[in-house]
Amino acid sequence: MKLKLYLAALMLVIMAGLIPVAALAEEKKEVAPVAAATTALPNAAPAVDAGKLDAAPAPPVAPANPAAVFNGADTAWVMISAALVFFMVPGLALFYGGMVRSKNVLSTLMHSFVVMGIVGVQWVVLGYTLSFGDDAGGGMLGKLNKFMLNGITPDTLFQFVASSANAIPEYVFVMFQGMFAIITIALISGALAERIKFSAYCIFALVWTTLVYDPICHWVWGPGGWLLGMGALDFAGGTVVHLSSGISALAVLIFLGKRHGFPTERMAPHNLPMTLLGVGMLWFGWFGFNAGSAVSANGTAALAFVTTLAAPAAAGLSWMFAEWIHSGKPSALGFGSGVVAGLVGITPAAGLVTPGAAIILGFAVGLVCYLAIMVKAKLKYDDSLDAFGIHGVGGIFGAIATGVLATVGAKGLIAGEPKQVITQIIAIVAAGAYAFIVTVIIAFVLDKTIGLRVEKEDEIMGLDQTQHSESGYNM
Amino acid sequence: MKLIEAIIKPFKLDEVKDALNEIGIEGITVSEVKGYGRQKGHTELYRGAEYVVDFIPKIKMEIVVSDDLVTKVVETIQNTAKTGRIGDGKIFIISLEEAVRIRTGETGSDAI
Repeated sequence: MKLKLYLAALMLVIMAGLIPVAALAEEKKEVAPVAAATTALPNAAPAVDAGKLDAAPAPPVAPANPAAVFNGADTAWVMISAALVFFMVPGLALFYGGMVRSKNVLSTLMHSFVVMGIVGVQWVVLGYTLSFGDDAGGGMLGKLNKFMLNGITPDTLFQFVASSANAIPEYVFVMFQGMFAIITIALISGALAERIKFSAYCIFALVWTTLVYDPICHWVWGPGGWLLGMGALDFAGGTVVHLSSGISALAVLIFLGKRHGFPTERMAPHNLPMTLLGVGMLWFGWFGFNAGSAVSANGTAALAFVTTLAAPAAAGLSWMFAEWIHSGKPSALGFGSGVVAGLVGITPAAGLVTPGAAIILGFAVGLVCYLAIMVKAKLKYDDSLDAFGIHGVGGIFGAIATGVLATVGAKGLIAGEPKQVITQIIAIVAAGAYAFIVTVIIAFVLDKTIGLRVEKEDEIMGLDQTQHSESGYNM
Repeated sequence: MKLIEAIIKPFKLDEVKDALNEIGIEGITVSEVKGYGRQKGHTELYRGAEYVVDFIPKIKMEIVVSDDLVTKVVETIQNTAKTGRIGDGKIFIISLEEAVRIRTGETGSDAI
């Protein structure tokens, strides 16, 4: 019941937040240097940029679907980006690890690390083909034609934008996308920290990635995906990664419940320097996450690079000032949390908005997530490390804001396309509802079979000792 | 022989140690401890969750001295550890039965 109220309240806050954002953005419109590109390609780089870079001045307009030509610059950039996204996983591990009590630090780090193993294997075997295999029908799921990466060789080229000849080896694309699958499940672990049974978490990670992540990834980015076909904008994974993980975190909590002693017992972060180091690593890796999502070393990637600095910077500040005014002190954890909220918020919009709009978006998402977490503190439900409060709320806000603020290579509300906001909301509701329902089912089955939670005694002893027979810190 | 146990503010440790050195005290044992007295705790805020921290970090010093030095040591500690604000700490004086130097086996005042 409380959860429902919370959700309703959040929706209100988000809607209320958007009005001033839209108004502000409107004023900015004349000044903002909107690129001349008008090709409204869903989810992608404007073809103009891609073409300009190497191909000698091509005759007027290239044919609709030119044959794929290997592009070395693009390949190098996407490979580096994939490694950058991978680096976010240990970053997230430290970000979360610092926020738990010292008796649970290793178990929390393991939640991020073990999925490098689980999803690393799952992606090669099954995940890639379910997400990016040929459409099995209706844009709902990929076929098994790329099971075990079957049919892909070092010579297989992948064209991200059909109208551009530029192509990268498909292996590179497989890896870039695989990193996204790994980080997404790791994000959810923030809500489950300090009480989930390790065995249950491992099974959950495998099943969730297969039944929730892969289908949603196909809808939004896969060949023939139905949300892609509808024109939903998601530049780098606001819906696929952040919204799906945030909403799912909330769904697991229904069966997982609160930590023992919450909220009366002191559960302060045990090592905030570790958390801030994690924020730094996440931000660094996010340049690959967002700018790499252009799947091209072009101007769109450069724009995404700029917005990936501007939005989180603004969000860190807005959270910090909100906290300073509201509770008296600007906390380091607050600034770091704001930065992460800003990164989440700009993700769907990264290559689609002007830098000015990115600052506005960042500023707003910092405030919205700060509010969400204040509301959470009042409701006393136990999302230990705020996976929903930051990724869920920030993901929803970012997806809507993209529909409002997109002006580069796509048209949002302020570019005179109000329908885009509706499309974004449909994508949010569809992905959110699907993620929520399927996750509830997975969590229910796990809870009734092997059990989601550790015994109360084990929880009090700490998960490091009881789940892993180790201690994070030995004297 | 007396055991003098002083609970002081952490930032005063160096000052007190130097002052004790000057009056000829040759050994002290310190530990980081937590506790509360009239100073009470404070609150910390993490993402909206408010925690009252009851126990405040303090330094506990243990010094063993012969009876004739007790007053001087206590005065020295009191003078150097004092800020005049609440939370300056306390000094306890405890009678000590015996002391042994492990290396030589000396006992009593010789062992100090």
